[in-house]
Amino acid sequence: MSFMDRFVSGWRKYRKPGYYEDFDYAWTMTIDLDRCTGCGACVTACQAENNIPIAGESELDRGREMQWMRIERYWEGEYPNTKLKFIPLLCQQCDAAPCETVCPVSATYHNQDGLNTQIYNRCIGTRSCAVYCPYEVRYFNYYDHHWDAPLDQQLNPDVTVREKGVMEKCTFCVQRIRQAKDHAKDDGRRRIKDGEVQPACVQTCPAEALVFGDRKDPDSLVSKSMSDPRAYHVLEELNTLPSVVYLKRVDADAG
Amino acid sequence: MQAEEKQLQFADVNNDVIRSLVVTGRNYYITLGVAIFVTLSCFFFPWFYQLFYGIGAAGNNHPAVWGTYLASFIFWIGLSHSGTLLSCVLHITNSEWRKAMYRSAEAMTLFSLMVAATMVMVHVGRPWFIHWAAPYPNQMELWPNFRSPLLFDVMAIATYVTGSSIFIYMGSIPDFAAVRDRTTGWRHHLYVLLSLGWRGTDTEWHRLGWAYTFLAVLIIPLAVSVHSIVSWDFAMSLVPGLHQTIFAPYFVVGAIYSGTAGIVTVMFVLRKYMNFEQYITKLHFDNLGKLLIVLSLIWSYINVLELFTGWYSGTSIEYEQLKYKLFGFYAPLYWEMILFCAAVPLLMISRRIRTSFVPMLLISIAVNIGMYTERFLIVATTQSRQYLPDAWGIYIPSLVEVSIIVGSLALFTTLFLIFVKIVPSVSIYEVKETMDTPRKEGSSIWQETMETPKSENGDPAW
Repeated sequence: MSFMDRFVSGWRKYRKPGYYEDFDYAWTMTIDLDRCTGCGACVTACQAENNIPIAGESELDRGREMQWMRIERYWEGEYPNTKLKFIPLLCQQCDAAPCETVCPVSATYHNQDGLNTQIYNRCIGTRSCAVYCPYEVRYFNYYDHHWDAPLDQQLNPDVTVREKGVMEKCTFCVQRIRQAKDHAKDDGRRRIKDGEVQPACVQTCPAEALVFGDRKDPDSLVSKSMSDPRAYHVLEELNTLPSVVYLKRVDADAG
Repeated sequence: MQAEEKQLQFADVNNDVIRSLVVTGRNYYITLGVAIFVTLSCFFFPWFYQLFYGIGAAGNNHPAVWGTYLASFIFWIGLSHSGTLLSCVLHITNSEWRKAMYRSAEAMTLFSLMVAATMVMVHVGRPWFIHWAAPYPNQMELWPNFRSPLLFDVMAIATYVTGSSIFIYMGSIPDFAAVRDRTTGWRHHLYVLLSLGWRGTDTEWHRLGWAYTFLAVLIIPLAVSVHSIVSWDFAMSLVPGLHQTIFAPYFVVGAIYSGTAGIVTVMFVLRKYMNFEQYITKLHFDNLGKLLIVLSLIWSYINVLELFTGWYSGTSIEYEQLKYKLFGFYAPLYWEMILFCAAVPLLMISRRIRTSFVPMLLISIAVNIGMYTERFLIVATTQSRQYLPDAWGIYIPSLVEVSIIVGSLALFTTLFLIFVKIVPSVSIYEVKETMDTPRKEGSSIWQETMETPKSENGDPAW
């Protein structure tokens, strides 16, 4: 092996460390829009699980609602022939995430599970990640939020409460993934079994429109769900390589 | 005004400039007092309130997380651009007319950069952790993200502040020495320190000249890169209307444009209130006016190009952005910007306007209002219309933000007012370089002031 070859391979390894190509897991969610009823249970579940503050009415008016998962609504047509389309939108956990490159302090980065993580302690609040995110799913803490009694008693002890000046977003319920990993380790397994971990939104969805799992496992439910011909990514043309796959709604009226 | 009758002598330069440092009128103290009061009440008070309360004190909301703080940041960085850059370019091209104005222009650079850095502190959510954006060795081995354009920004601005402060300081050393030799008391001790033992020997002059030119050459690419990098904060995002390759030259031109207009404003004030009528003349305004008109034309061209790129892209997102910019909620501001930055400066085609002071002042202020609007629009219009229509929204600055904009102007004024009393705001030795070598006859001032050709203030012509 010549010096040049060694140099080139060393450089490649430096530029692309293994974990960037090969994650331990590749957590993926599919959202079947044909099954989704837009009930909003996922939004509520997320709010409860992740200690998301309730911004309140006046803040909602100023466009400062806090919802890691939101249901976007689009009206089509003129009255009386109106049609409502909706799509649940959460952090897409992009593999080529624009938000990760811009954070000056690396408060948001890609972890070994292929998750786009947010480190609240490290965040200095430049808010550039929220501008860079084309999905607009990052939420900023404009104040120190508080929970009126007795709501403060229902805060999830596994999740931090975020300070003012910190960005936050959907984590695919990373605390649950961590817990499942610990259980797997205790049982002497190397990997989490399919279906062993579910984010709060998936667990709650009454229509089972949301499926969560590891797409590296070809037999997992989510891998099968992804292979549906209706599958697409939101804003695919931006090449952010999202980990959330939507299954298109089949419109009976469209013919 | 008697200066026009009498030929300006070398001693006059020393007398005039040192008088501007030593003799302080009541008006100065009143202005300084007002500036400090406004800074405290309009800048620091709302800022502390915001620190306590959270960024929610500003008008930011979900699509528009960036607001006027960032617009002000770009504005101040932009304003900083002409001072040192212009001074360096003119130094290298041996422009004589630079010599009376460059000190105040460079001071403008320095103070704008300081205000800009403060604006970053105001902007971020947790400024008490801002040092994490600096690459310093630490126990946790945590480094900033070197891929981030914001980090490039931190580096570029830190380098620029360092470079331009060394540049202004080095250029002032002979002047500090001149002031040292003419002052007493605490001022004397201060200038003894500042002049670093300058004696005015040939070797010293030679080294100063060499180092000065060296730094000038070094700073020119630096200044261009700083605002290019600031533009990457925006251009490297995917946001329609920001994600454009034209952004780096657009920002650089805009920066030099607003900076040059800023110099005109500052020069007008200096001329008027520091009695520098003989040094800052119509020639300076004429030349700066020519520069402004060229910059205004380039700026207009880039604006047209930006619209064209949006239209030519043929995507619905860019169309929407374009339509929103031209006819949407912020459209009045857009057309105001076009009026102030593209239309009004065309008046300077007329030489009469370029050489008259008040119209030039008005135009320069109009340009800077327009340029602030431009920065505001870059932040506001683009964020309001992004990819997902559900997340569209409108951003209106809050009272706290408006107050901080006003306060930052006062902060800048305060710093500048303190500066003009410490540093000679017109370069003593370089102005002398432009003058004829004095002859014995017809200059009675020599005998009066005991100034001999071998005086310690030094002059290379001697």
